Amino acid sequence: MTLPGHHPVDELLFDYASGALNEPVALVVATHLALCPTCRHQVQALEEVGGLVLDGIEPQPVSVDCLEALLARLDDPLPHDIGFPPLPSETLLLPQPLRSYIGLPPEELAWRPVCAGVESYDMKLGQGEMRTRLFRLRAGAVVPRHTHRGTELTLVLEGGFLDCGRHYGRGDVCWHDCHIDHSPCADNSGGCLCLTVTDAPLQLTGRLSRFLNPFLRL
Amino acid sequence: MNDVEFKTQIDGRPLIDLVGAVAQNRDRLAFGALFGHFAPRLKAYLLRLGCDSGCAEELIQEVMLTVWRRAETYDPALASVPTWIFTIARNKRIDLLRLERRPEIDLEDPALVPSAPEAADDRIERTEDTRRLRAALNELPVEQAELLRLAYYEDKAHSTISLERGLPLGTVKSRLRLAMERLRRILRDQR
Repeated sequence: MTLPGHHPVDELLFDYASGALNEPVALVVATHLALCPTCRHQVQALEEVGGLVLDGIEPQPVSVDCLEALLARLDDPLPHDIGFPPLPSETLLLPQPLRSYIGLPPEELAWRPVCAGVESYDMKLGQGEMRTRLFRLRAGAVVPRHTHRGTELTLVLEGGFLDCGRHYGRGDVCWHDCHIDHSPCADNSGGCLCLTVTDAPLQLTGRLSRFLNPFLRL
Repeated sequence: MNDVEFKTQIDGRPLIDLVGAVAQNRDRLAFGALFGHFAPRLKAYLLRLGCDSGCAEELIQEVMLTVWRRAETYDPALASVPTWIFTIARNKRIDLLRLERRPEIDLEDPALVPSAPEAADDRIERTEDTRRLRAALNELPVEQAELLRLAYYEDKAHSTISLERGLPLGTVKSRLRLAMERLRRILRDQR
C-alpha cells in the first residue's frame, strides 16, 4: 500500500491538535490521519505538548461544590452513544471519522451533477459560506477552470487526480488559496472520489465557462 | 516556559497508577487525587479559553466524569496522563461550548492505515519522549514559548493569533514552526 505523499501543512496539524480548527477542516485532517501514520505520529507529539502545557499552567482554585457535585454523579447511568451504525466493511473506502458523517455507502448518496463527468454530494456541514462536499469524478473528467475567493482543501479517498502538474492519490491532501486558478482533472485509474471543503464559492475563469457562473453551484 | 513543572507523582503515587486504580477498582480516593491535581489546571485552561468560572466548573465535571468512566480505555503507550486529559478537555470544550462534533480517528477502524510495527519498548520510549519534550519546552526562547502556550490555551487558529498580537501571519507561523522544529529535532536527535 502506498502512503500519502501530500500532507496537510504543519499549521493545520497544530490547530487540529490544539482544537482550534472548525469542524469541516478538522474532518479533512482527521480523515487524512486515518490514512497517514506519519501525520498521526506528529499529531500525537503535538497533543503531548498540549498535555505538558496543561500540566504547567498556573492552577486556579476550584470550588468545593464542584467536587461534591461531581462525586454525586459518579454512579449515574452511562449515556447512550448516538451516531450512525457502522457501515458494512465493503465501504472501507471511507475511513472513520468520515464514515460516521456520511451514514451511507457512497453509491447510495444523492449525487448531484455538476458538469460532464463530475458529481457532488453536499454534506451540509459548516457555517456561513463554508461548504463540505464529496466530489465524484469519472476517469479523465475535468473540473472547469476556476479560482476561489477563499481556500479549497481536498482529500483524495479513491483513485486520483492531477492538479497544477502534481498527482494526488488516496490519502493525499491538496490545499489552494485565492491565488490559484486551476482545472483539476481525474487520472485514468478509474475515477476519483474526494472530500472537499471550501470557504467561499468558486469562480469559473475559463473564457467560455465564465458565463456559466450564475448557473453552476460549484 | 520556565514555570512548566511536570508533576508525575501525587503523594508518592504516579499519575498512571492513579488512573489504573480508578480503572481496576473504581478507587474514589485515587480519583479524588486526580481531581485535586487536574481540576485547578483545567479551570485555568478553560478560563483562558474564555469560560466564566461557573461554565469552567461545569466543564471540569464533564471532563473528570469522562476520566472516571473511561479510565480503562487509557493506554499509556499512546499518551501520558496529562495528554490524555488534555485531549478529553479539548474535545468536551468543542462538543459543549462550540456545539460541534470533534472528528477523531478510530484506532480500531479496519480502514485505518497502520503504522510500521512498533517495538516492544515503545512505552518506555514514549515516556522518554515526554521527558525530553518537557526539557525542550523549558529551553525554548521566551517568544516562541509564549506563542506556543497561546496556541494551546486560547483556542486560536494561527491567523487569529496573528491579528491579535499585531504580528504578521508569517511571523506567527515561523515562530511556532521554529518552536515545533526544535521540539521535533530534540526528539529525533536523542533517539
